[in-house]
Amino acid sequence: MYKILEKKVLNPTVVQITVDAPHAARHAKAGQFIILRADQDGERVPFTIAAADPEKGTVTIIYQVVGASTRKLMALEEGDELADFAGPLGRPSEIEGENVVIIGGGVGCAIALPTAKAFHDAGKNVTTIVGFRNKDLVILEDEFKAVSDTYYLMSDDGSVGEKGLVTAKLKELIENGQKIDKVIAIGPLIMMKFVCALTKEYDIPTVVSMNPIMIDGTGMCGGCRLVVDGQMRFACVDGPDFDGHKVDFDSAMSRNGAYKEKEHHDYEEACRLLNRKEGD
Amino acid sequence: MPNMQMNKHPMPVQEPDIRITNVEEVALGYTPETAIEEAKRCLNCKHKPCIGGCPVNIHIPDFIAKVAEGDFEGAYRIISLTSSLPAICGRVCPQESQCESKCVRGIKGEPVAIGRLERFVADYMREKGEGKPEKPQPNGHKVAVVGAGPAGLSAAGDLAGMGYEVTVFEALHTPGGVLMYGIPEFRLPKAIVQHEISKLKDLGVEFVTNFVVGRSETIEELMNEGYEAVFVGSGAGLPNFMNLPGEELKGVFSANEFLTRFNLMKAYREDSPTPIQHPKKTVVVGGGNVAMDAARCARRLGSEVYIVYRRSLEELPARKEEVEHAMEEGIIFKLLNNPVAVHGDENGCVNAVECIEMELGEPDASGRRRPIAKEGSSFMIDADCMIMAIGTSPNPLIRSTTEGLETNRKGCLIVDENEMTTREGIYAGGDAVTGAATVISAMGAGKKAAAAIDKALLKDA
Repeated sequence: MYKILEKKVLNPTVVQITVDAPHAARHAKAGQFIILRADQDGERVPFTIAAADPEKGTVTIIYQVVGASTRKLMALEEGDELADFAGPLGRPSEIEGENVVIIGGGVGCAIALPTAKAFHDAGKNVTTIVGFRNKDLVILEDEFKAVSDTYYLMSDDGSVGEKGLVTAKLKELIENGQKIDKVIAIGPLIMMKFVCALTKEYDIPTVVSMNPIMIDGTGMCGGCRLVVDGQMRFACVDGPDFDGHKVDFDSAMSRNGAYKEKEHHDYEEACRLLNRKEGD
Repeated sequence: MPNMQMNKHPMPVQEPDIRITNVEEVALGYTPETAIEEAKRCLNCKHKPCIGGCPVNIHIPDFIAKVAEGDFEGAYRIISLTSSLPAICGRVCPQESQCESKCVRGIKGEPVAIGRLERFVADYMREKGEGKPEKPQPNGHKVAVVGAGPAGLSAAGDLAGMGYEVTVFEALHTPGGVLMYGIPEFRLPKAIVQHEISKLKDLGVEFVTNFVVGRSETIEELMNEGYEAVFVGSGAGLPNFMNLPGEELKGVFSANEFLTRFNLMKAYREDSPTPIQHPKKTVVVGGGNVAMDAARCARRLGSEVYIVYRRSLEELPARKEEVEHAMEEGIIFKLLNNPVAVHGDENGCVNAVECIEMELGEPDASGRRRPIAKEGSSFMIDADCMIMAIGTSPNPLIRSTTEGLETNRKGCLIVDENEMTTREGIYAGGDAVTGAATVISAMGAGKKAAAAIDKALLKDA
């Protein structure tokens, strides 16, 4: 069993937990993920590693409550145990490029942070652009500032930072002549798609971190397949990082919606049950 | 005097129209009386050809003689000398191309039902509660096994029996490998798999789940931690697709994904948090056991099911019983057909599979007649689900994180006659070496490797 050592609520739907998982912690690197099951009958759900401490044997993940499984996960507190926690999985991010722009969208920032930190620790020049819908959803602001040479905060409604999309800020930087060797975009598929469309115009290499539906996560089921450069690739063993200019985002977006109805139904059900339990 | 009845005693089964509404086991097993009668069909011939047909060389006529005497415990002891997982093999081995294909009774009439008898003996002992095996005297050596599927379990069982301290590292949350995620409940009940695994635990085998060798730790690190030999039974790996236009559509699955959702995650249950599509019309591509399993799972979810296979019935590689059961369950075989494209609707979901008719030409490298497409013969099958069961390619994780492991053109690990890889102390077997094959051949390889590891380590000692 894997004990939850620390739990922090970052915003109303985003939670950070640190878990006792020595095997997963030992070699965990930025860009890799774990698969967990909250309980014995649970679904296998992948989460990107937000931080790992090999000495303490802990792995930190940040998740957004979007469905039944994450809703149940949120019901667990410090001291509770997860049934399963396997990893690290996938290939670590490549920390190459002197001047990088790291873009995080929403809860994707949780994944962008360790990548920003890895570049920062390697002595690279790091610009981060993070975007949220509004000020209530902002997470990890201090953490990002600590590992960024320059930090830009954007919001859809202008309630915090600058009003506008992350792509607007990126475009501004490019047009102002900032030297950018590489862009790394992590967030909703639609955001990554538009970042890639923009950087393609300027021929700036761009890496995206893909987060498709997975079952086993170890290279067996092929559920996480993507079309990259016209070829079928598996996010769990070939990724999760891919050359963003080669990813077919439209098919990825379609595939991610495969179980929407069931997910919605189960989420409602989980909320109903958990609310009742919490109300007892 | 042997029972000279020409045919095997039939296996009692759940009726097809009932069983497609549940996931309970299809074949119900012999009663003690039937088992004794069937065992009496064995001539106990001198040259025992059946043993040569068994990848783990079970002393077949000896155990059958015990069954004929009604001494089922004695029969079990004989099977256990060479096989660690009889309840499983009795159910999933392709006996018709192994032991039973060599049976003298098969020359005129049907061979002795060796598989059914093996299953009977194992089930009898399990139901009786066979008692815990005695832990052997430890010999002070440590061996690591990568992967808790058939190859790994059989290697672990044999090594533990010889006194080795064995740790099995498994990437998934449950040990069993393909026995858990691949083969469905109605063909191999999961409680039986877990029972066989608990017997290995009683022997002292330790299982570490959620441990991805190559990522959590490398083989190198395991060896530095004191494991003197490592057996790699990491299994088949990534599913193959055909690179057809439309394969990325929703509703197209690998058999591994569909089966993993159904079996390992029990998505057929209403209360399962893991979703699975409940298709109306399914096209399964392929003709092996995996294709049959996927088709029969889809059937149990209420779908009309087509199996599209590019050769004819004669070349169908699946176990005979599975094909018969699939046909009885109303699965439609579209033989000598091959898919060429997948068509979808405006929501990105499959709505039809375009196929082309095939004919058989000259034999190819595999010795089977090569299927050739008939020009202009394409046609559509309306379907909202397509399952690709056309094999797998090895997972690159272990070879890419372990120095000195050589692989063949297909990416399978190369081993010598003792199942040792190109790196001393590292052995391998099962699908990781052979590509997709059978449970029993994987178990045979695990067994062989265990013997070779024993020889190598004791020589060093």
